[in-house]
Amino acid sequence: MKEFNYRSLIPTRVGFHNGLKYAAQKYPQIIGIGCDITISVGMDAIANYFPERFFSVGIAEQNAITFAAGLSMTGKIPFVASYATFIAMRALDQIRVSVCYNNLPVKIGGAHAGISVGPDGATHQALEDIAALRALPNIVILSPADATQTEKAVLAAVEQNNGPVYIRYGRESMPDFTEKDEPFTIGKSQILTEGNDCVIYATGHLVWEAIEAWKMLYKENIKTTIVNIYSIKPIDVETIVQTAKICNCAVTAEEHQVFGGMGSAVLEVLAQNYPVPVEMVGMNNCFGESGKPIELMKKYKMDRLAIYNAVKKVINRKNSF
Amino acid sequence: MDKIDYLKHKSYLIRKSVIEMLAEAGSGHLGGSLGLADIFSVLYFSEMKHDSSNPIWEERDRLILSIGHVAPVLYASLAHAGYFDINELFTLRKINSRLQGHPGKDKGLPGLECSTGSLGQGLSIAAGIALGLKLNNSKSRVFCICGDGELQEGSIWEAAMTASHYKLDNLICIVDRNGLQIDGKTSEVMEIDPLQEKWQAFGWIVENCNGNNIVDILNTFDKIRTLKGKPVVIIAKTIMGKGIKSVENDYKWHGKAPNKEQAIEFLKELNENEGI
Repeated sequence: MKEFNYRSLIPTRVGFHNGLKYAAQKYPQIIGIGCDITISVGMDAIANYFPERFFSVGIAEQNAITFAAGLSMTGKIPFVASYATFIAMRALDQIRVSVCYNNLPVKIGGAHAGISVGPDGATHQALEDIAALRALPNIVILSPADATQTEKAVLAAVEQNNGPVYIRYGRESMPDFTEKDEPFTIGKSQILTEGNDCVIYATGHLVWEAIEAWKMLYKENIKTTIVNIYSIKPIDVETIVQTAKICNCAVTAEEHQVFGGMGSAVLEVLAQNYPVPVEMVGMNNCFGESGKPIELMKKYKMDRLAIYNAVKKVINRKNSF
Repeated sequence: MDKIDYLKHKSYLIRKSVIEMLAEAGSGHLGGSLGLADIFSVLYFSEMKHDSSNPIWEERDRLILSIGHVAPVLYASLAHAGYFDINELFTLRKINSRLQGHPGKDKGLPGLECSTGSLGQGLSIAAGIALGLKLNNSKSRVFCICGDGELQEGSIWEAAMTASHYKLDNLICIVDRNGLQIDGKTSEVMEIDPLQEKWQAFGWIVENCNGNNIVDILNTFDKIRTLKGKPVVIIAKTIMGKGIKSVENDYKWHGKAPNKEQAIEFLKELNENEGI
């Protein structure tokens, strides 16, 4: 059995912070735009270390996005970050018209994503941001699995793409387990385990949960493939189709509504290339509530047990064909 | 020809093109486009630093058309300034055209800085450009054209706050104060007055001018050129549909194009006033 260990428990927002600090050092054209919650979303990477390149706009997400669009028209690479729900959806029209239609290199950080932001409750739990943004032309959507990968996502957003990029990351401490030297390529994915019984396409925090589910299933001699879909748009069509052909059934797992998110993106690929039975793990058409992250992930069925059950269910469906 | 006559003639040419292209397109926004012709004449043929043979010249002044729906006045100005062939104006709003109903940068029209059309965003973009230019030690200025009805969008005031906070004195916002919007009088749809006090309260230098008087527009630009420390807003009083009596001040012409017969009448009226 493959060993999965994590080095430490750190929030992906720390990865965003570290990646941004490194990128800002390397690229003087990087500018930070602050929306008041600078430190908690990791933007202090610029505010603290490169204050001459940091510009606060206050609590004004719409202006933050369009202001960044203007800056990017003068050769700058602006990073804007705030709560994922506010930056992606309050400023959605600004992202659509000013950023995506103009195809400008505005890099957007969607922080505190998912239900795991916890006690703040439903208003602050971004569970629709991927769906809202995924329909927009030109935008890249990245959803790294841990802090190490989030650090790489920030650099990839600058080095691998000249247009708009959205990076989704969370607030809670999570296992930091991906290899430091593992490549991170926009449009690609990462195969973590290989098995023939079922493939689990997971993104963000739920990649680690998928690994925990994999361990539980392994003990029952159920062998699963885990694909870490860290690039939701563009998505790795080749790997998705290839792994579906091996396993012939699939589970998608994300900390997002099951409508329009990573799972839907995978289904679009499968339906058009190689349809297989699929079970979806995600938020099921409802709003969240206050609670501890772990309690919420359990109650709303976005944890290892939910993935474990979904795998069992979909294998049954496959076998009953 | 002295400068004033030269600019008046450019206004005439812009208005003429606006009417012709809208009649050919069969749809579009006539009223605001005619009302802004004099301001655009002064901007593109006197005030702005730009070079039609090098549209992406680093040192150019930028114009952001926050009210994307008056694209015809921008397209006509760009064509007459030499950015592209005047005949291309007749492709407005047609399939495969570089002249989109609202400006679309992806179509590659020379001289067009930015896609706009969703109201309330242009000033914020212009502020971002203004800050970027300052960081680049550029002397270029940014002109942003806003509508008066557009000031009902909250995001305009977010941008207004930001521009004064960062002392963006290379930013000039021109408010097309024609008092009308699609549903009728701005004062009845949603009152935006007192405008001068609002902008002043947001930390801007406010100038008023008659946006249909070339001399007044020139004098206003002369006055603000060296002002430092604050962004400047010019509240330009204009007449929607200026130049065509039956269109003037009629809000029904906000989003309408003349048919071919009307266009002939309108052009005749323009020519008569021009002494042609």
